Amino acid sequence: MMDQTQEIRMQVMWNRLISVVEEQAMTLLRTAFSTSVREAGDLSAGVFDPQGRMLAQAVTGTPGHVNTMAEAVLHFINEIGRENMFAGDTYVTNDPWKGTGHLHDITMVSPSFKGDVLVGFFACTAHVVDVGGRGFGADGKSVYEEGIQIPIMKFAERGVVNSFLVQMLRANVREANQVVGDFYSLAACNDVGHERLIAMMTEIGLDTLDALGAFIFSRTRAATLERIAALPRGAWVNSMMTDGYDQPVKLMATVETRDDTVNVDFGGTDGVSRWGINVPIIYTKAYACYAMKCVVAPDIPNNWASLEPFTVSSPENILNAPRPAPVSLRHVFGHMVPDLVLGALAQALPGKILAEGAGALWNLHMSVKPTRAGGKQAEILMFNSGGMGARPELDGLNATAFPSGVMTMPVEATEQAGPIVVWRKELRPDSGGDGQYRGGLGQMIEIAPADGHEFDFSAMLDRTVTAPRGRNGGQGGQSGTAQLDDGTQLKPKGWQHVPEGRRLMLALPGGGGYGDPAKRLAEARADDVLKGYVTK
Amino acid sequence: MTQSIRLGADIGGTFTDIALEVGDRIHSTKVLTNYTAPEQAILDGMEVVLAEAGLGYADLEILIHGTTLATNALIERRGAKVAFVTTEGFRDVIEMRTESRFDQYDLNLKLPTPLVPREDRFPVAGRIGAQGQELAALDEATLVALAQTIAKGGYGAIAVGFMHSYMNGAHEVRAREILATTGLPISISSEVSPQMREFERFNTVCANAYVRPQMADYLGRFQVRLKEKGATCPVFMIHSGGGLISVETASEFPVRLVESGPAGGAIFAADVAQRFGLEKVVSYDMGGTTAKICLIEDFAPKTARTFEVARTTRFAKGSGMPISIPVIEMIEIGAGGGSIAWVDAMGRIQTGPESAGSEPGPACYQRGGNRPAITDADLILSKLDPDNFAGGAIKLSTEKAAAAVGAHVGDRLKLSAQSAAFGICEVVDENMANAARVHAVENGKNISDNMMIAFGGAAPLHAARLCEKLGIDRCLVPPGAGVGSAIGFLKAPFGYESLASRIIGMSSFDPASVNALVAGLKDTAKGFVAQGSAGAVYCETVAFMRYRGQGWEIPVPLPDRPFTAEDANLIRDGFRSAYARYFGRAIDGLDGVGGSGLEIEIVTISVKAADQRPAPAPVTLTTGRSTAAAPMSRPVFDPATGQDQITGIIERSALAFGARVPGPVVVVERETSTVVTSPFDVVMQDDGSLLLIRKEVSK
Repeated sequence: MMDQTQEIRMQVMWNRLISVVEEQAMTLLRTAFSTSVREAGDLSAGVFDPQGRMLAQAVTGTPGHVNTMAEAVLHFINEIGRENMFAGDTYVTNDPWKGTGHLHDITMVSPSFKGDVLVGFFACTAHVVDVGGRGFGADGKSVYEEGIQIPIMKFAERGVVNSFLVQMLRANVREANQVVGDFYSLAACNDVGHERLIAMMTEIGLDTLDALGAFIFSRTRAATLERIAALPRGAWVNSMMTDGYDQPVKLMATVETRDDTVNVDFGGTDGVSRWGINVPIIYTKAYACYAMKCVVAPDIPNNWASLEPFTVSSPENILNAPRPAPVSLRHVFGHMVPDLVLGALAQALPGKILAEGAGALWNLHMSVKPTRAGGKQAEILMFNSGGMGARPELDGLNATAFPSGVMTMPVEATEQAGPIVVWRKELRPDSGGDGQYRGGLGQMIEIAPADGHEFDFSAMLDRTVTAPRGRNGGQGGQSGTAQLDDGTQLKPKGWQHVPEGRRLMLALPGGGGYGDPAKRLAEARADDVLKGYVTK
Repeated sequence: MTQSIRLGADIGGTFTDIALEVGDRIHSTKVLTNYTAPEQAILDGMEVVLAEAGLGYADLEILIHGTTLATNALIERRGAKVAFVTTEGFRDVIEMRTESRFDQYDLNLKLPTPLVPREDRFPVAGRIGAQGQELAALDEATLVALAQTIAKGGYGAIAVGFMHSYMNGAHEVRAREILATTGLPISISSEVSPQMREFERFNTVCANAYVRPQMADYLGRFQVRLKEKGATCPVFMIHSGGGLISVETASEFPVRLVESGPAGGAIFAADVAQRFGLEKVVSYDMGGTTAKICLIEDFAPKTARTFEVARTTRFAKGSGMPISIPVIEMIEIGAGGGSIAWVDAMGRIQTGPESAGSEPGPACYQRGGNRPAITDADLILSKLDPDNFAGGAIKLSTEKAAAAVGAHVGDRLKLSAQSAAFGICEVVDENMANAARVHAVENGKNISDNMMIAFGGAAPLHAARLCEKLGIDRCLVPPGAGVGSAIGFLKAPFGYESLASRIIGMSSFDPASVNALVAGLKDTAKGFVAQGSAGAVYCETVAFMRYRGQGWEIPVPLPDRPFTAEDANLIRDGFRSAYARYFGRAIDGLDGVGGSGLEIEIVTISVKAADQRPAPAPVTLTTGRSTAAAPMSRPVFDPATGQDQITGIIERSALAFGARVPGPVVVVERETSTVVTSPFDVVMQDDGSLLLIRKEVSK
């Protein structure tokens, strides 16, 4: 009977631990200044054991941070050293190769002490508004041009904030108040996690998390391995063309199932780019794992044991770019990785995998300036999504982010933030690939500077040359376009200008179709026409 | 003081509850909800309570009604065919939603379909800017033509939603004038929900139009039937914010009736809180399919400005539709007596959100259900008496319960039926505790500072354990808990909340324009209150504020008087202290440069107007004036010790006022049982409430 009760207590504590990290994430969501965090949920939060193994991760958050944060904690433990860790400490970095892939993401780790005993760590990551340098864009030639680099160091020691770091930060970033505010928010969210954890341990009478960790890991590992064992054995290759900065870039992946693991190798992918579109392997791995987990173990929570069986390998290339390659827009290719990996898995699991979609978000960073006295200056970030690929038994989702987990911001809120007018943001007819199941539609966006203003924008667009492909006979989705209303064609990456009186016109890609178009039901076709999803 | 005769009627998903108040007596009954003629169930129930009280329809002085019909119409998609007229370029706002997936890992995810399909959404040129200025004139010619299309299109209602209409509703008002030729009811977003964020506002105005014809019909029919029966009393509706509005207002803004039943429950708890003078309370309502938790401070439930209804998938956040109206804020999770327990891939016990409902019901009901529900687990742990459930109306089978728990949970985890049942209860209690804890944190509160008020059929079975988990020392189980919402209706004030989004930076605080805005909101809110109440009206103004650049606003109470320029500092300070309460510390002061700190801004201003309710007769909380022992005992599983404990069994009606009985003890009554676990004692209060109190707490 005692053993049986113990089993149940462990289950309950596991639930409680997940609730603790959820609270941690909610705190960050509500205090963050960065638009991408507060409106779009671009963050993650988790709790780790003293060895740096992730015990639980908040469901709130986006896949890009799934296990980048998990690896980051190990770097913190190594570099800070246990002997230098004290209650009330918070450590920080934005190292793209040790954190989450670019300088804009700040990762903070805090040790959690119960009395004198180190019982674990809390970590969180969020995207801040600015890190100085050239700003959020592809134009840096090396990471040194992309902003301030913060090596792993203490943000706070025994509760006292590192004022030198804050001063350096203030001198190096554009929106100092908001950036410093976000540093405080990140630290505060770890504090909330720590307080809740200690309250839980005190209430339950736990001195360490060892037994609970062992329980979580053994259960998760068994469930994950069972799923992996059910996969066919073999190796499957897929390649994909993407726009790149000024020339197309080929991505390639080989998914191989081994005894207890699944490995993805990115050999065959094009080399490191001169532009800020390179991806540190830590971020590539996050999205590769995400894609595999969606297919293999979607219901198994993220922790050390559920992520460990998924491994990646790669020679140096654009998906494994070494320091000091520029990496500011690493998310664009990072977002392409799931479609790349899923294309390989589709061969292993025919009939189970969706078609390709728009992949990367169509983010716009706009820097608005007045053209005459009385105007207003503003930095505005917008997230927009194209269509998702059709699924084996369902149409693709229209204008929905995949693989990213972020949300779009309300146009009304965006227009409150700065002097622009969004004249159109609606579905783009005829953009979804035909098939038994139709690809999701992209969207059309028209943005003009308000009277008396102009803006520059950093383009982070893809799939303007290379369209998302269909699957199993489904047709490809429409590729995207970017131009001004006078017909001027724009590039998919880099800073560009929109003068007063002109409109930026974007057409976002649609998803690929699934299955033979001849098999699409007549009622579905009639409904597409009635709704105006298809006009011809 | 004359004896007032008031009747509350709550139409819920399964039952229609009636509560008749005659002076300080309450007569109540439950009848099955009638979906084809909801008013019939009310009349049936009224017959019962009126007969019991020896009164006739003509004796009624007021009838207060709440209904889940609007909610159900949204969930079941049984509303009118709506034409949605919107700004050109924004036809798909209610379809594109937030462009995100509410479940990151489900590749076969289905998003909820929009209330108004694309072919019924009609874009019209014309544009208001973010500051309320006109950027492009309204295309009236198109509207005139559109009026004809809509008139011939078989529509039942029209919704109008234009960009930035919360700043300037002129285009919407003009559109309504032109579309009036259709003869259809027209809802405009600047009246239904003047809040920033187009998806929420457009969806809300569409929802209003969607349920409007049906609700107007129903309310009309109900009033006719009442008159036929000889009732002459006025009828008022309870709205989602917990106040009363006239039937006319309800017919025009029926979306305000969504979630009015649960609001009644929160008011019921608030009334109990006021009776006992409890300033910090968490109400806990657990029924057959869900549990609802609400924070009540200073006798008023917390309210919010937006909520989500009709969640399609496992109660997942984001799987429903947003409705932006003032609402009593509560969290609802899929944890009720009928919630099904199962085991996931990791061997973890999970509960809900799937529910056995009333048919087939939990396995122990012996109506063909063979999957284990929470009630089955409660029965196995002897929390329920199998021969005395629902006054003996339903005979419960412990065997059937044990078989279901064993087959679906115990065998998979190699646990005995009792251990598996304990596991199920622990998991459901933990889920509720987590939800309550997170909800408190989201509101900048500490849950253990509160007293719990538990009601609803299943709550008394789980309340003590929930208090153990939450570190709460005291819990009240009031009488009449089974029809709590209907009783709550009788306590509701005439009240209305109006709000408007307006970005106001505190460094450029302009008292004149804020005063004008607040005065307008006050007039609106007071106007609605005046429809039902001639008494003194009390107003409460709240600003929803943030540091510029943040996306989450926190409520800051403002004084009820005209503002002067100096008030900018007062409001700023109010914000800072509220911020510190929510998030630990305010942010300014981190600015070492001085003077160039973060701008603080108001995003939305709300004015709540309500008449003063007579305070309920106070009851003094007693921790016991005498000690009593339970006459019988049986072994009941005790979660704190993880073992069976000899547990007293006593009838609620056998407890004398002021009697304290040491736990563990189970207090049984007709509808349910109150389980008092080993850390608690139970004390019968002078109003018939049960107080669960930790043994070590004497006050």
